[in-house]
Amino acid sequence: MARTQLRATDGARDSQRGDRLTREDRASLLRHMLLMRVSEERALTLYKQGKVPGSFYDGCGQEAISVGAAFVLGPRDRMCILHRDLGAHFVRGVTPDRYLANYMGRAGGVTGGKDGNMHFGDRDLGCVGMVSMLPDMAQVTTGLGLAFKMRGEPRVAMTFFGEGSTANGQWHEAMNFAGIHNLPAVFVLENNQFAYSTPQRLEYAVDPVERARCYGFPGVAVDGNDVEAVFDAARVAADRARSGEGPTLIECHTMRMHGHGAHDDMSYVPKEMFEEWGRRDPIDRYIERLTAEHGFSDDEIGEIRRSVKAEVEEAARKALDSPMPEPDLATTGVYADAWEPLGDGRAPWSAWRGAEGGANGAGRDREVQAA
Amino acid sequence: MTATYLEAISDGLRTEMRRDETVFCLGEDVGPFGGAFKVTDGFVEEFGADRCLDTPLAENSIVGVSVGAAIEGFKPVAEMQFADFISCGFDQMVNVAAKMHYRQGISVPMVMRLPSGGGFSGGPYHSQNPEAWFVQAPGLKIVAPATAEDAKGLLISAIRDPNPVCYMEHKGLYRHVKGDVPEGEHSVPIGEARVARDGDEMTVIAYGSAVLLAERAADELDEDIEILDLRTLAPLDRDAILASARKTGKVLVAHEATQSCGVGAEVSAVISQHAFEDLDAPVRRLTTPDVPIPFSPTLEQAVLPQLDDMKEACRELLAY
Repeated sequence: MARTQLRATDGARDSQRGDRLTREDRASLLRHMLLMRVSEERALTLYKQGKVPGSFYDGCGQEAISVGAAFVLGPRDRMCILHRDLGAHFVRGVTPDRYLANYMGRAGGVTGGKDGNMHFGDRDLGCVGMVSMLPDMAQVTTGLGLAFKMRGEPRVAMTFFGEGSTANGQWHEAMNFAGIHNLPAVFVLENNQFAYSTPQRLEYAVDPVERARCYGFPGVAVDGNDVEAVFDAARVAADRARSGEGPTLIECHTMRMHGHGAHDDMSYVPKEMFEEWGRRDPIDRYIERLTAEHGFSDDEIGEIRRSVKAEVEEAARKALDSPMPEPDLATTGVYADAWEPLGDGRAPWSAWRGAEGGANGAGRDREVQAA
Repeated sequence: MTATYLEAISDGLRTEMRRDETVFCLGEDVGPFGGAFKVTDGFVEEFGADRCLDTPLAENSIVGVSVGAAIEGFKPVAEMQFADFISCGFDQMVNVAAKMHYRQGISVPMVMRLPSGGGFSGGPYHSQNPEAWFVQAPGLKIVAPATAEDAKGLLISAIRDPNPVCYMEHKGLYRHVKGDVPEGEHSVPIGEARVARDGDEMTVIAYGSAVLLAERAADELDEDIEILDLRTLAPLDRDAILASARKTGKVLVAHEATQSCGVGAEVSAVISQHAFEDLDAPVRRLTTPDVPIPFSPTLEQAVLPQLDDMKEACRELLAY
């Protein structure tokens, strides 16, 4: 278990842990993690009922990472979200019905049936969807960052990948390019112990976070099952990016608590290891902290749970009501007629309220100061 | 103005970079060095190093970074130092750039310049014509100019197109082809073939270096040969192909790329399916055989289509 110990290189300079979060933010973090967990459980049921063609992939146990990291972003920041990161889609504004419909190949899915499962990104919410080849999106993220830098805009490009991806040459290419040009990119590495079935000892000789310094930027390791730890690391990284200080690699230690896909029984995972990580469930831990340290009552937690369940049930009904796409759609859209900019994402963190015209100007100030 | 094919590419790129500040170029050694073939010579002085970016030796990165910048409103014109090296950037081209709009409705307005072709002992890794690899990747457009005028006009159209475009520039034409090139803005529509030579007895359907070969052969044979320059390989101008096939009834399809499942095979299939009853002879192909491009001049000349091969193929088809 030596490799799961937390360590930090020169990027961990933040001592103001969690102090940028309001009570409402904390409820939102929990809500988004639960929305991911419950939506994926519902999707798995649909899969078992034969309503999901193809296969099924989820991020059970990794909810704190995509939620905590995406939560720091402003509306005009951009993301390339991967397949264990449903929470990031929800933070940016995708609704669960469109996620479920995408899994079922329905017209109401984010890709309208053109692509399946987690291979989507809502262009209207500032997201570029993933491809199966990993970590291709790290390269695209670097290009998004280059565009922001060329225009002198205080914006951030963020992406995710697993430790398995760090073995691929394209990971090196992306890190190297981002380092050379000091690009405003945040690379979130989800070290979930296995690349499908291959254990870490056969994936790399040196922990990937240590490689960040070789590319000329900081690498930070955090507890990936602690949503506020992820949020803090991502916030520091995003601030660095926005103010022109360059990229950051954040390694989040976690464990994939389901198989690579629904077809994978995880027979390769030692029982003790699974049980140990089970005791570190990110949602259970956060609820404990909210009640012990932040005065949340059982009733409040229960209400969040109930509203999430109701939302997902309603979403499933809506997704199941969505028609299959018309076959004619299959041969449309190969080429674009015109370039159109991506839309902006939802930015639920209270610090961004100013950027959306609300009372708190912190978000806009953040951009202005960086500029 | 009179310009070489190479100067026309350079002029097209410079014209668009002056007109539109979102256009920038990137690639290996394109900066102060001006590129391996000097297409971007003087660009750093005029546009600055940020708009003529030297990249590390990482072809997937060149493509992937271009995709990201294009999504955010730039129009990157990337240079592969040699078209052969696109194999190292193939994944980003076919999996990320090509499918982006179909899957997500996100437009990727980028150009990938691919200096291709043999004839100068470049050997197996500096001589290839990889266009057919990309014909099988829906979502990409592919252009292959044969004249200086089209080299400029198609590059400008490629830059303005909202899709990823593979721009096949044949190295053998760089300094050997010269012609009148309109000054300033000049575009040639993507998807339209050009009748390079009007004739009634047979048609040579060609693109890139094979057009030049066909023109020389037609002149030397002094026969009534039509030459259709495809100019765009994806999407293919099927109407022009069928019109010329129906008009002459005899078609030779010629290209420097290897034969099996090449662009010529598709052209031949289109004619067989839609103009069979107008044909007076089977469709013939003149291509490089299915071999890697060898190094030694005698071996290379033995496989790349030569002028005599073109003349012989035309004579045989005319006599059929």
